[in-house]
Amino acid sequence: MRDDGPVSTAPAPTEVERPETETSVLPELPWVTIVWNDPVNLMSYVSWVFRSYFGHPQKTADRLMLQVHEEGRAVVSDGSREEMERDVEAMHGYGLWATLQKADA
Amino acid sequence: MTTGFERTRGGGAHAHFEDVEARMLASLAAQVVELVRDGAAQPGVVGADPDAGDPLAALVGMGADAPLARPDDPALARLLPDGYGGDESEATDAADFRRYTEPGLRELKATNAASLITSLLEAGADLSGLGSDQTDAPGKDEEPAGVDVELDADAVDGWLRCLTDIRLALGTRLGVEQDDDERWEQLPDDDPDKAMHEVYDWLAFVQETLLRTLR
Repeated sequence: MRDDGPVSTAPAPTEVERPETETSVLPELPWVTIVWNDPVNLMSYVSWVFRSYFGHPQKTADRLMLQVHEEGRAVVSDGSREEMERDVEAMHGYGLWATLQKADA
Repeated sequence: MTTGFERTRGGGAHAHFEDVEARMLASLAAQVVELVRDGAAQPGVVGADPDAGDPLAALVGMGADAPLARPDDPALARLLPDGYGGDESEATDAADFRRYTEPGLRELKATNAASLITSLLEAGADLSGLGSDQTDAPGKDEEPAGVDVELDADAVDGWLRCLTDIRLALGTRLGVEQDDDERWEQLPDDDPDKAMHEVYDWLAFVQETLLRTLR
């Protein structure tokens, strides 16, 4: 869909001093899917969506659902930008209000 | 009045609806189909698409006419929300996301609504006068017997999603907010919004019973 190569943050002069592990070992999971609270969807429905789509057990799905309900939002998945776009599209297919953004945003 | 859905032995769900309830469900589902099929492909606010000449994009329906902007209708905008936050810097990402996902989402929602109507028809609901009136009108002397709807797992999924879409559209039109029950109770009985909110609540009841069959 789009090309999002790894983001290089280190300026060139310091790059040689960087320990190699910092760039090669850490997994690249820079994006998250957020589900937002809305006044319409039933709590039991939101929980079912999390079970149905993410395959969560009831307990995990309920905890995520409650987080959405009580805190207004919850991070429901993380991964590559492409994966998160897929998850957001799926959430919209279920009628949940979801967006994706960079993990540190 | 229906008592909602119950789990069947085959892992599906069953409910008995009165004729008037079946017709209302079908009518609301038909309105979702209209909502998502009409006004497709809003002209983008982002301006002319530089990739408009892309033959591959045109082939898959993502040419210059592809949707780029959030729909003006608030109910439709709630069914097809932005995939990126409202930040201005994300406007292009949101438009791109919409361009790739919105046609499929519209189709999915129309298909779910159509499958809800199909299950009602298969159950023998008299939907004449709603949409295309291909069904023969039954004799006037027939008793209003209601319909027994049987759903398999796939149909349950479609119904849950469509009931959600109907409630999202109604809730947006009504301006429903969190914990606002009192507001609706205080409306005079002749306020049309009160009747619409009762339908909205009734749909929640039906959906809740359907969800309970899955636990």
